[in-house]
Amino acid sequence: MSVLISVENLGKAFRSYPNARQRIKSWLGLPTHNVQDVWVLRHLNFEVYSGEAVGLIGENGAGKSTLLKMIAGTLAPTEGQIQLFGEVRAILELGMGFNGEFTGRENARHGLSMMGLSAEEAEALVPEVEAFAEVGEYFDRPLRTYSSGMQMRVTFAVATARRPQVLIVDEALAVGDAYFQHKSFEKIREMQQAGTTLLIVSHDRGAIQRICDRVILLENGQISREGEPEAIMDYYNAMLANKGNERHSVESEMREDGRVATTSGTGEAEITTVELRDADEGTPVEVATVGQTLELVVTVAIHEPVEELVIGYVIKDRLRQDVFGTNTHYLKAVRSDLKPGQTLNYRFRFPCHLGEGSYSFSVAAHADDTHVRQNYHWRDLACTFEVVNAQQDRFLGVAWLPPALSIEQNHGDSQ
Amino acid sequence: MTDRLFAVARYWWSYRYFVRSAIRNDLKARYARSKLGLLWALVQPLAMVLIYTLILSHLMAAKLPATSTVYAYPIYLMSGMLAWTLFSESLARGLGIFVEQGELIKKVAFPRALLPIIAFGSASINGLALLSMMLVVFLFLGHWPTLHSLWVPAMFVLTVWFGLSIGLLLGLMNVFFRDINQAVPVILQFLFWLTPIVYAVPMLPVEYHGYFDWNPVAKLTAAFQEVILYQGNPAEWHLLMIAGIALLFTALSAGLYLRVRHELADHL
Repeated sequence: MSVLISVENLGKAFRSYPNARQRIKSWLGLPTHNVQDVWVLRHLNFEVYSGEAVGLIGENGAGKSTLLKMIAGTLAPTEGQIQLFGEVRAILELGMGFNGEFTGRENARHGLSMMGLSAEEAEALVPEVEAFAEVGEYFDRPLRTYSSGMQMRVTFAVATARRPQVLIVDEALAVGDAYFQHKSFEKIREMQQAGTTLLIVSHDRGAIQRICDRVILLENGQISREGEPEAIMDYYNAMLANKGNERHSVESEMREDGRVATTSGTGEAEITTVELRDADEGTPVEVATVGQTLELVVTVAIHEPVEELVIGYVIKDRLRQDVFGTNTHYLKAVRSDLKPGQTLNYRFRFPCHLGEGSYSFSVAAHADDTHVRQNYHWRDLACTFEVVNAQQDRFLGVAWLPPALSIEQNHGDSQ
Repeated sequence: MTDRLFAVARYWWSYRYFVRSAIRNDLKARYARSKLGLLWALVQPLAMVLIYTLILSHLMAAKLPATSTVYAYPIYLMSGMLAWTLFSESLARGLGIFVEQGELIKKVAFPRALLPIIAFGSASINGLALLSMMLVVFLFLGHWPTLHSLWVPAMFVLTVWFGLSIGLLLGLMNVFFRDINQAVPVILQFLFWLTPIVYAVPMLPVEYHGYFDWNPVAKLTAAFQEVILYQGNPAEWHLLMIAGIALLFTALSAGLYLRVRHELADHL
């Protein structure tokens, strides 16, 4: 494998001058005073090989976008250098400097010209852009009338009209509807298979793990870790969780997706840990594959005498819709007469018959079959996981109900 | 070294369609959603010519040196307005190009050196439209071009370059100090009246004549007036001097660009 991107001692500082005079002095090459450099990135060294897919992760402000912009060539490095051995195409934020007054077609043409294409080459690619963007008759209307999702479609279609050697994608996948997200994801994969090197910034753990071979974690403008996606993502999540502990001791508030978990209850029984594991290997699972056998492990500590204990859980999808719920009352495993100091360990083993997406568990400890009468402890978003489809045939929806297919074909009576 | 130069040249050349497309877009964007489009760019200077002609024609005509036409003042006015409009429009293009194309500069990697070329192209096309419009008016007034008119293309290019070179330097500074963009129109307004366009130098007391030597734009208007109205040759060394100033400003712009290019995108 040959090196496509080589980053050496790269640094970017945003320079601030105390006053206009100092700035003008710097233009004239005179010595300046009190000029402050705020380093966003410094001492970065890494290489990206051809055909590789590299994910960049890190908190907001870690310098991910700045790094991508420098590699894409729109920001100039303050020190160090970037060597590129191939054509780079970047989808940074939204848009490619498109003009709202022009139609999608005109912007597409201009966007293609920005890649250094000739008039004929650009003209030949416009129908492909139109077909991929699927914005219908809007393609011949001014861009200002588009929704942001439609603008994204055209932008993505233009940027990927010709397969570059390096494709840089900055959060672009997060925009647009699910259909186009999927479509653009497919396109990126296609290009990857055809040999395009990918450099991706995303907060979508599933996306990173599905595409990337390697992940680089940026922390305070430096590479804090790089390696296997799984390992780095786990480390990153732990890092985020720790940060929460230092500040608030409310772990759930530090959720990467910004959701806030709520807990409630009278406290006689406490749900101390909720963990999702692989049923066979017992390893923690954050990304499950369709069909994998999983185990939800719930540990409950009894603090005060409890007459009757029911443990229940609900699997919710991204929109917090109930997908499946059950409890030990339904499962006919109610425990009674529990004493303080006792702990109980529940293992719910189930096959992951879920569609792709992210899910969460809400877990509750209560009496009776519902938590209405006596609610000891309730934890929303007690545990979250992602489902990806690695082995099964493609399917739609939130449930995996694989059919056994048989087709009977009769000879039609065409006379 | 030459290999590298060739590579750079080839790289730029591959962007020729982009330059064409950007110039076209620039013109189109300015008149988007207006029915008359580019015509509006011509209405402004011509309206000024019309107003001054109506108001000042009788006053001024007698004071201009003898010419072959009775329309001496409108033609004098138009020659000067042509030079002035070319100059000020080009300056405005250079001044605005970095901020206007800020989104593009921030989001797309393309050879930045093409920006002045795009500005030159769009200023020239606007100027050409004005020139052809004035030509029609000259013909209508019975003022036919002569051999001396062959000077016009060279003076045209020189004026656009001159305006653009100053505009680019100010445009680069304007990225960091946005006051410049506000100050320039005010300064240009003063400069307009300090340049013999509406009036002629001989109308002023002799002791003030020397001041015009310090105004390079006055040299340009004088050249256009000389060639178009008086059908003579412009003062070549004046034109050379203008070219020298343009070259100086071009070099200054390039020098400043090299100094600030690391920070440019951060401030857009």
